[in-house]
Amino acid sequence: MNTPELNSRPRLAVGCRLNEKSQPSRILQMPEKALRLSGPSLEIVERCDGIRTVQEIISELQSLYSTAEPQKVEDDILGYLARLRDERALDFTSEQADRSAGAT
Amino acid sequence: MTPAAPTPLALIAELTHRCPLHCVYCSNPLELSHRADELSTEVWTRVFREAVEAGVLQIDFTGGEPLARPDIVDLVRAARAAGLYVNLITSGLPLDEARLDALIEAGLDHIQLSFQGAAEDAANEIAGTKAHAHKLRVLEWLRTRRVALTLNFVIHRRNIDQLPEMLALGESSSASRIEFANVQYYGWAFANRESLLPTRDQLDRSVEFLKGAEERLRGKIHVEFVLPDYYAKYPKACMGGWGKKFMLVTPNGDALPCHAAKIIPGLQFDNLKHRSLRDIWEKSEAFQKFRGEEWMPEPCKTCDRRTRDFGGCRCQALLLTGDATATDPVCSLAPQRPKVDAIVAAANGPAAEALVQPSWVYRSNPA
Repeated sequence: MNTPELNSRPRLAVGCRLNEKSQPSRILQMPEKALRLSGPSLEIVERCDGIRTVQEIISELQSLYSTAEPQKVEDDILGYLARLRDERALDFTSEQADRSAGAT
Repeated sequence: MTPAAPTPLALIAELTHRCPLHCVYCSNPLELSHRADELSTEVWTRVFREAVEAGVLQIDFTGGEPLARPDIVDLVRAARAAGLYVNLITSGLPLDEARLDALIEAGLDHIQLSFQGAAEDAANEIAGTKAHAHKLRVLEWLRTRRVALTLNFVIHRRNIDQLPEMLALGESSSASRIEFANVQYYGWAFANRESLLPTRDQLDRSVEFLKGAEERLRGKIHVEFVLPDYYAKYPKACMGGWGKKFMLVTPNGDALPCHAAKIIPGLQFDNLKHRSLRDIWEKSEAFQKFRGEEWMPEPCKTCDRRTRDFGGCRCQALLLTGDATATDPVCSLAPQRPKVDAIVAAANGPAAEALVQPSWVYRSNPA
């Protein structure tokens, strides 16, 4: 299983969405599945907006969880993003794809 | 003492039993709801709000064919406005591009499009009508639209050897999930079981093929496979446990713990026209009947697996043993497992090989 590229930009795939902030618990809803999110998992998914890169998400969480070992934060995030990708909850836009899209 | 009710997760809304298809394995009951008895848009809208208040996250609009309801776009909008994740399970037949756009605009999250196979003639034989070509058109329309797509292939003896063609069709579409769901033997499928149950060789080959496909497509398309439980060693966790995750609502508003529960003699079902969803979920006789472990016979009662399979399927116990409280007979530990062994032996015997042209019992349509 390959890990996501640090300069790619993850965003929720079609059919996957976070429920409203007003709900008592935050849930990532997707076809045939729902994941209850809290703490780091919610912080990660809220940042999968197609704008931030994987590296930026890692940096932001490293400052948010500043008492944790930075390498462990990075490994955990990469593992979690790969898992969500394999469940078809995330799409990753690569820098290269952006450029070629811009050229057409 | 009756066990406390857990939080329901999903509502399965059978909006109508009307359907342009006549599939020989339809999961609808043999006795279909009439059109005149179908719940109104207003009652459904109240049910959606009550469902969200009770903790429900997702609604599956199904049927019959849910698109046979002229108010389907309003129902999708109301369900989404109530806060539900909206899933449409459809044959795709009553769909055109304008209606598809209206459904997506109303907030549809996910479409599950059913296929009877990859080969047109064989698929149409199972559906009892010429449906396949239109489904292919729907796939083309979906390619350019922002809605999640699952392709669902119902698998059985007559099409299980065509999995590579079905997978290729799925891969050429915009689906993020492909389900290969073996027929479950209730209702119409139970009546056609002899012609539908695959052989052990067929099943072994299909599992090997799909394992390879799952590995190859990981991260691209999620491949899901449902085995026929007659071949399993232990029963399935039917509905994730009785009254534990799902409420199914029939077209006329009866609230059921599963698709087939009405076949269980003596069980009373409450109707959402007259009683609130939460009240029915928490207190009704039908939902309490097999909730938890109190009802379990031996060997389930003391079995380590009871927290995983919740005692299997009550409707299957009834259909195969005549007793809804018996241990699910597909379980290798069940006293009545020999009944399933005999069915499996017949499906693998020389008589089954001679079954070239089945005489199908086609699903009818309600008045």
